[in-house]
Amino acid sequence: MELDRIEKLLEKYFEAQTTEAEEQVLRDYFTGDNVAEHLEQYSAMFSFFSSAKQERFTKQVPLKTSKVYYRWISVAAVAVLVFGIYFGNQYQERREAEYAYLQTKKALGLLAQNLDRGTQKVAYLNEFEETKQKIYKNN
Amino acid sequence: MVYTTADQPIMTQTEFIHLVMPFKDKLYRLAKRMLVSSEEAEDATQEVLMKLWTKKKGMGQYRNVEAFAMTMTKNFCLDRLKSKQSGNLKLVHSNYADESRSLQREVEVHDSLQWVEKIMDTLPDQQKLVLQLRDIEEYSFEEISEMLDMQPTTVRVTLSRARKTVREKLVEKHNYGIR
Repeated sequence: MELDRIEKLLEKYFEAQTTEAEEQVLRDYFTGDNVAEHLEQYSAMFSFFSSAKQERFTKQVPLKTSKVYYRWISVAAVAVLVFGIYFGNQYQERREAEYAYLQTKKALGLLAQNLDRGTQKVAYLNEFEETKQKIYKNN
Repeated sequence: MVYTTADQPIMTQTEFIHLVMPFKDKLYRLAKRMLVSSEEAEDATQEVLMKLWTKKKGMGQYRNVEAFAMTMTKNFCLDRLKSKQSGNLKLVHSNYADESRSLQREVEVHDSLQWVEKIMDTLPDQQKLVLQLRDIEEYSFEEISEMLDMQPTTVRVTLSRARKTVREKLVEKHNYGIR
């Protein structure tokens, strides 16, 4: 009776038509103690499948916690940004001051040059004054 | 749970380990079936789990993390085997005892189990994978076809072929043993 059913299931099993429940029946039968002699050869197969399932993975997996790093990276980024803005501003100010200085120097230079020219022209006025005095004296 | 932005939960280490716990042995056994050596299988499993950890942010989008991890393991091992073949390295079968036959029954049983394992090693990759996933890990046909990206009918055909080959070789060995 039972044997008949097992033989039928075996047939289905090799055609890959058995359900999970039916395969469980086969596994139970072949890992048990009273396997019919002419089916004995199959017990190695099912016993192997059952024993192969017992193997375990025991190694530790080193998981990196990137969460902590993110926090420090953001702190560093903020620090860099603050320093950057501070020194950047300083540099910008220095450049502006230098530029203003140069502009002023240029303007002053221009002024001095024109003043010089002005004095030269005033010299002509002196010439005029002298001539006028000469004319007065002659009269 | 730790929230970084408004609605994206980040998995903690403990949560990840809880998620991975139920199937990490299955990944290892699959890797060992493919790569044979225990050390290489351990390395492969470690690698896959670490990859999975780096992908944890997007984990929510995978319907079935276990199936996804199994597929990752399968692909990882196939790549490993391919690079090994091109590098002309031989697989090291270090897990077999010698074949001296003992008269004790227990040893005999153990011996015959090893025979099945040996037969399984000779199967083509696809047959090996299907047999591992169905008869050892007891996955359903739908799960297997998802993991291996195969049609369910192809899974059945491949499985039937694998089972028959094992039976055939086992019968050969059995008859040889009697003679």
